[in-house]
This record gives sequence, C-alpha cells and structure tokens, in this order.
Amino acid sequence: MPDDVSALQLVLAGDPALIAIVRLSLLVSLSAVFFAALIGVPFGALIALTRFPGREGVIVALNALMGLPPVVVGLAVYLMLSRSGPLGSWGLLFTPQAMIIAQTILVAPIMAALARQTIEDLWVEYRDELTAMNIRPAGRVATLIWDARFSLVTTLLAGFGRAAAEVGAIIIVGGNIDGFTRTMTTAIALETSKGDLSLAVGLGMVLIAIVVAVNALAWGVRRAGERLAG
Amino acid sequence: MNMRAPTADLPIIFDDVTVAAGAVTILDRVTLTLASGAPTVLIGPNGSGKTTLLRTAMGLTTPTQGRVTWGAQENCPPTRRAIVFQRPAMLRRSTGGNIRYALRAAGIPRPERKTRMRELLALVGLEHLAGRPARRLSGGEQQRLALARALARDPAVLFLDEPTASLDPAATKAIEDIIRAVGRRGIKIVLSTHDLSEARRLAGEVVLLHRGRIIETGAATAFFNAPQTDEAGKFIAGELLV
Repeated sequence: MPDDVSALQLVLAGDPALIAIVRLSLLVSLSAVFFAALIGVPFGALIALTRFPGREGVIVALNALMGLPPVVVGLAVYLMLSRSGPLGSWGLLFTPQAMIIAQTILVAPIMAALARQTIEDLWVEYRDELTAMNIRPAGRVATLIWDARFSLVTTLLAGFGRAAAEVGAIIIVGGNIDGFTRTMTTAIALETSKGDLSLAVGLGMVLIAIVVAVNALAWGVRRAGERLAG
Repeated sequence: MNMRAPTADLPIIFDDVTVAAGAVTILDRVTLTLASGAPTVLIGPNGSGKTTLLRTAMGLTTPTQGRVTWGAQENCPPTRRAIVFQRPAMLRRSTGGNIRYALRAAGIPRPERKTRMRELLALVGLEHLAGRPARRLSGGEQQRLALARALARDPAVLFLDEPTASLDPAATKAIEDIIRAVGRRGIKIVLSTHDLSEARRLAGEVVLLHRGRIIETGAATAFFNAPQTDEAGKFIAGELLV
C-alpha cells in the first residue's frame, strides 16, 4: 500500500504542515478538556453532594448531554458567534478560540456526569467522617475532588477522547482554514475527500498514537498516585 | 498533648428520645445522661440500638421524637465531640496526611500541626507508618489511626462504635490501652460493644440496650455483680437476648 508508506514517511520526516496541524489539534483539545474540567468537575461534585427538588431530572439531563451531537453544538456556537449573533462582536468565528468553546461545551457534560458518579460513590464512603469532622460544604467538595483525583483521571481521558476525535463541531465553527484552524480530524476529512490519502493516513496514525500515549501516561499517573496515596 | 478539660459538650442528655426509620423503631423513648467521668459502655446484642444511640449523641442522627442537649444546648455543632466508627473510612492520603487533615479541620494553626501530628502518632503507636497510605494499613492500625484522627479534634467526649470488633487479641489490647490512656486525660469515653469481657475491662458505667430500649444502667461493678433485671442477668450469664 503505497499510501501507507508515504504516510509513514510524512510522519517520520516531521512534515511541517503535519506538525502544525498536530500542534493546533492538541492545543484545541487539551484547552477544551482543561476548561471543561474547571466547569464540569465542581458542578458534578455539587450535584453529588446536594439534594434538591428535580435533582434526578438534572442527572438524567446531564447523562443525556454526554451524547450531544457535535454538529448541533457546532451550529449553536456558530449562530452565537456569527456576525449577526449575540456574541458576533467578539470576532471569534473561524478561530481556534471558537473551536475551544465548541469542544468545551461538548466535553463539560461528560466531565460533570462522570465526576458526579465518581464523587458520589466516594461521598457515600466519606459522608459520616466529614460530617463528624464538621467540614463545611465547600471543604467537602474540595476534599472529595482531591481524594478522587486519580479516579477522575478516567473522566479526563473520556473528555480528551471525545475532544480529540471530534470533527463535526470544530469544522463548523473553525472553518478548516489551512494553517489557522485546521486540525487532525478536519484535515483527515478534507484530505480524504480530496483523495490525498497520504496525509490523511499519516494524520490518522498520529492521532491514534497520541490517544494511546495520553491514555498510557494517564494510566501511569493513576497507578503511581494510587501507590503513593492509597 | 494539650487536652482540655471536658466541659462544653457535657453532660449529654437524652430526653425521651425516639429514633425511627419508617415503621422501624431503632431507639425507643430513651432517657439517659452521659456525664464526665469514667467510661460509659453501651452493651447489648446486635441491632439493639447501640450505634444509633452513639450517632444521636454525636449529632449525626436526628431524633424522631424527644430531644438531645449538649451542655444544656440544643443544635450544638460537634466542635468538641469526636467519633470513631466501627469501619472508619480512611481518607486517600498517608497516615500522617489523615491526621493533618483532621487537625486542619479542627482549626489547629499550621505551625502547631506537625508537632501535634507527631504526638498523636506516638500516642497510637503509628510513628513508623506516618508515610504509608492509610488504606494500606491493617485493620487494627486503621482503628488506631481513626482514634488519632478523632483525638485531633481535642474532644471533650469521644464516641467509639465497637472499636475492637473483628480485631485479634493483640490489636484489641493495643486499642484498649489507648482508650485507657485517653480516658486518663479527662476525655469522656462512650463506647459500644457486644463483648462482655471488654465491657468488664473498660466500663465505669454500663448501659444495657435491647430492642432500642434501655434495660438497665448503672455502675459497672454493681451491674456485673448484682444485675437488677432478668435481661441483664441473662446477658451477663451469656444467654441469648432475642
């Protein structure tokens, strides 16, 4: 398969166009995971620890939002950021920032839903101890997030997996502009449609390698953390 | 160790307290005073209400009827009360980290925490395990750590829920020695057990519970030598209370 050979050569040669695409992809996906974690994990913890009317409905909605269709999110963000949209004056449409916003919206519910489950399980174990120690609600949230940090690595991985593999939202709000908003997934879609399978296969190999490497790193961090902190 | 005199939370008074969960009555019109002094040991078969009584005294369970007061106050936050559960949850931190957490929660200033942590670890004989993850400790070591963590709160009263259940004799002796040492520091001990031998070894005062009701209460010597009720007599004689 000549395409595979040339794709491998592209990867091994460190093709500048390929590296730029990989760099932007990582920037967008990791930023989205970071912001989604900042929003989703505390929100998930809050739902885990509180009881209020309609809580079950919120949990069901949160779980449902994990399956948000990326193109719908892309369309919604597009409408918000387009010139005639309410946030059009920010001038973010077709920029990496717009892609980060779209992916953050996609990933935050995953973070919140998985963090809620993880933290609620830990809360069942810790509830009596923390109550007996007279720990305030904010302190309980902080304690549970800290003590669940190694379990939450899985949550981060799920979020990263969603962001790294996503194409529908970012192609709408980013526009797939060469050298500016082109990521691995949007480039693969484009190059495949153009028939340039070398670059598409090369990017696919890199994407898979990154996902495997990130998962391996996270697994190592989790195992080391569990060994040190129990 | 800077243990303050037991004042603020004592006496703990149960005034006609009932605790129910749905149709099940767990504590049934309990009236009891827990005052400073020698350890009070709650005895009774499984399901007699010992744990619920301790949780209610700690303020973790709210009575369905009646009221509980701590030093004549209702709704008194557990600043000077501490509890060790039968199966204490170990925070996912080191042994020392668990104690540091409790010290911080108790408002102990940061400069004092290291010294206090060392004192508490020494008290429970875990100095050499300060860096080990708490969840990797043995059952007996985890109970000792839970005791140290409870003492970090500098409590006036310490509740212990079956602290030696499922421990071997050596681990049991270690825990009982710590309990005696803590009692000598002026901390009121309220302990539950279904082990009569342990009750004999530790109790100054005994409360016998059965089916959520207090059957008999009194000084340990009198209770064991001259029980006033048939149930107490049977329980002491090793007969089953059903």
